Amino acid sequence: MTAPRLLITAWPHLAERDSTPRIMWTVNVSLIPVIVAAIYYFGPSAVLVIVAALAGCLATEWLFGSRETLFDGSAVITGLLLGLCLPAGLPMWMAFVGGAFAIGFGKLIFGGLGQNIFNPALLGRAFLQAAFPVALTTWPVIRENWWALRGDNLALPLMSPGEVDVLTSATPLGLMKFEQQSTELGKLMIGATGGSLGETAGILILLCGAYLAWRNYLNWRIPISIFLTVAALATLTHWLNPAFPGALFMLFSGGLMLGAVYMATDMVTSPVTNRGCWLYGVGIGVLVVVIRLWGGLAEGVMYAILLMNAMVPFINRATQPRVFGTRAAVKVTE
Amino acid sequence: MGELVWILLSAMVVNNFTLAYFLGLCPFMGVSARVSTALRLGLADIFVLVIASVCAWFLNTFILPYAPYLRLISFIVVIASLVQIVEMVIKKVSPVLFRQLGIYLPLITTNCAILGLAIFQTNRGYNLLEGLFFAVGGGLGLTLALVLMASIRESSEMADVPALAKGMALVLIIAGSLSLAFMGFAGLLSSS
Repeated sequence: MTAPRLLITAWPHLAERDSTPRIMWTVNVSLIPVIVAAIYYFGPSAVLVIVAALAGCLATEWLFGSRETLFDGSAVITGLLLGLCLPAGLPMWMAFVGGAFAIGFGKLIFGGLGQNIFNPALLGRAFLQAAFPVALTTWPVIRENWWALRGDNLALPLMSPGEVDVLTSATPLGLMKFEQQSTELGKLMIGATGGSLGETAGILILLCGAYLAWRNYLNWRIPISIFLTVAALATLTHWLNPAFPGALFMLFSGGLMLGAVYMATDMVTSPVTNRGCWLYGVGIGVLVVVIRLWGGLAEGVMYAILLMNAMVPFINRATQPRVFGTRAAVKVTE
Repeated sequence: MGELVWILLSAMVVNNFTLAYFLGLCPFMGVSARVSTALRLGLADIFVLVIASVCAWFLNTFILPYAPYLRLISFIVVIASLVQIVEMVIKKVSPVLFRQLGIYLPLITTNCAILGLAIFQTNRGYNLLEGLFFAVGGGLGLTLALVLMASIRESSEMADVPALAKGMALVLIIAGSLSLAFMGFAGLLSSS
């Protein structure tokens, strides 16, 4: 897919400053605070895991994609987001494989940027979760010694990771689900809890998302509808059965913030109409609550977004707006 | 009542025949190019599954206790022939319905999802009503999978898919991705 040298287009020729690389790089820059927070909490392990995921994405894009798309920043976003939703103690080669899968099978095989159905980073994570379920659910705690590795990050490919002296703990969601223990809300908001690299700093992610929404690089309807749905359902279930967590806990725990702000709003895999975006967000919210409260897994944001990604073509069909002045859609017979 | 709803939802979403048990893959791959045909095939699926469920219950209750070794063959023969008979009746009685379902009925009569339903139902010891809910849930689940697949395929029809993945290869990859996404439902409803 080489860009044509001479672009012949119809008028009006308005100069538009937003281009794909510009948007993509802005999103990348907006991720920097989240990455810094991940490094602050998880030390050198965070750097290793994110770099490995990024390398997997970029290497695959470079090998099988075209050269132009390597530098438009989209593969970088996939790599960073994938890295941010992995646990800190993950061996680097697994993160690399996940990145390669994300770009190869999540994006390039569908025809490259703009044509993929599923969010590549999440597909990579789902693949890793299916392939290495134990490594993907080992959550290191925040340690006293910042320099120590949080797991066997340097394990050789296909070898079982060595016994590194590492403290692990359940995520707040896991604690809630399996041991009925709550976590202090303040800790959840600033991210001083166990969990994936980038999903712990709730407030920070919200601020970055607000910036992107202000620049109009993400459709604010998607995160807002997800938050409202989750909050409403959580309040209702908490009211019916106080053993279930309340709304604020549900909003700030797990990958909900990162997922709602950065992954569900992926321009390619979210609906094109605003009405569709509301539907999509509500769908994600409902699925998140259902999987978290009644599923076998503690966390359901990733699967909820992937499932709604699969629904997007259908939502787009259903919410197609009527062209002004026309009657209701004429049924096409085959 | 709660038990019946649980059976229906479980067969439809959590233990989806296609995406969790990988049954009925041939129509899933073959007849999922258009949403309209996928929907009709789904309807035909529900129809045949309900017939299969009733047949399997009948055989299990009245015949198989005396001849357990006949299980597989009797399931296949009885279900297939009954569907054929029903198809002829529909053709005669309601040509409109026949045009909607007709060509798909023989296609899925001998499908593994149908036999799968009969065997699951037997192994789990469902009675007639439970079997019916199981069949409708399974059929709705197959319809869901088919329609999702078809809408995804329609939307990536114009995509710039690399030559090596064109056609069935892409369909298989979409199917795998869908199945990965459906893993999120694993364990759902199992405790209730």
